Amino acid sequence: MFPLITENLVVKFEGKHILGPIDLKIDKGDIAVLLGPNGSGKTSLLKALHGILKPKEGTIRWSCLKTESIRKQMFVFQTPIMLRRSVFENLTYPLLLRKISKEQVNYRAARWLDRIDLRMSMQVPATRLSGGEKQKLALARALITEPEMLFLDEPCASLDGKTTYEIESLLQSCVANGTTIMMSTHDIGQAKRLAKNIYFLNKGILESIQPAKTFFIKPLSRNASKFIAGDIVE
Amino acid sequence: MSDIWDGIVQAFTLIYTFDSDLIEISLRSLQVTLSALAISCMIALPLAAVLTIRRFKFRRFVIALLNALMGLPPVVVGLLVYIVLSRSGPFGVLDLLYTTTAMIIAQTIIITPLITSIAHQSLRELWSEYHDLLISMNTSHKQRVKTLLWDARRALLTASLAGFGRAIGEVGAIMIVGGNIDNATRVLTTAIALETSKGDFALALALGFVLILITIALNIGTHWLSKTESEGRW
Repeated sequence: MFPLITENLVVKFEGKHILGPIDLKIDKGDIAVLLGPNGSGKTSLLKALHGILKPKEGTIRWSCLKTESIRKQMFVFQTPIMLRRSVFENLTYPLLLRKISKEQVNYRAARWLDRIDLRMSMQVPATRLSGGEKQKLALARALITEPEMLFLDEPCASLDGKTTYEIESLLQSCVANGTTIMMSTHDIGQAKRLAKNIYFLNKGILESIQPAKTFFIKPLSRNASKFIAGDIVE
Repeated sequence: MSDIWDGIVQAFTLIYTFDSDLIEISLRSLQVTLSALAISCMIALPLAAVLTIRRFKFRRFVIALLNALMGLPPVVVGLLVYIVLSRSGPFGVLDLLYTTTAMIIAQTIIITPLITSIAHQSLRELWSEYHDLLISMNTSHKQRVKTLLWDARRALLTASLAGFGRAIGEVGAIMIVGGNIDNATRVLTTAIALETSKGDFALALALGFVLILITIALNIGTHWLSKTESEGRW
């Protein structure tokens, strides 16, 4: 499936230029963190790579058939979208789409309900959960399919420290199990804790791609320096 | 005022004594209406879902047309069905005129646009909520339709009940295509019209009260069975 390569990727919405041209390469096992100010195109890039947004120009290539790559990737939204169903039904929904056996569904669901600490609430409507619980459920719903690639759009935005820590732990364990991650965040601390590589976006342009270790010490882009320092990025 | 009181007394007497004519007419009313409702739901609900998720050339026109057809005059529908099913009409050979089948056809034509429009409204709201999630999970059109119909089932039930209400109280079309034949096509509404024209207001009112009772009982029963307002539901 890997590497994921984009060439001259351009995204436009209703004629307005949103993103690009973007050239990047994501290798297996990477934790790619997208940083950049609001409106820089982080969400658009994630959605384009996942296939939710259709690029106007350029190509997105996976090293496998398109049908296979689609099946092996999941997306977690900034605001978790819950089906009007119970916690259990939300969690197992992607497995039902994949026609996985009932035994497997129950086995995986039990395991994930324990991991996200929602076993006692499994029959509760998911819409009644707190924001943090919803986000953990959304993440578990993505991970229950054992994806090879996971896209996350600011998964910890407006969550407290404890829930953020729990989500980061889940992400680190899924990376240890071979999942490749690409996520956006505004949290510099989170990027430092998780990232292997930092992708800095500004005004739809990928200004720098750097290993996390060097990015925070010596960023290649002037705007990235300002962003890390907390200054306004032009 | 005495007519109303006599009507109430006669209604309870008819019910209490299990009047055979009343039972026969009431059962025929239910048979015709529920058959029309079942056929309409089979057409209207998937159609509403397809109109919600698919984008095609004349989609807006179809939605506008269905909304306009909600106010379709039943007498005109009756007249058209009469012409089509009469001996000289294209389907005259089927010999369906003055049968309950003809009445079911007329009612189906009347309530299908109504159910489709109300269902479409509910499904559109749900689709705007689910859109990104279902797209990101790469669901097929069939899976999206199934998910929307299942998760909006309570709103769709309300749409169906609106269709039921319109059908069970309908008189113009079924009078024309059914002929109000005793022991064959007479239903509660046509019987009420007949008794009123004969000047037997008490019996007409009694039948009217029975009609109202059936409608209320079926609505309450359906809501109770579907647990619409119960704790822990949406």
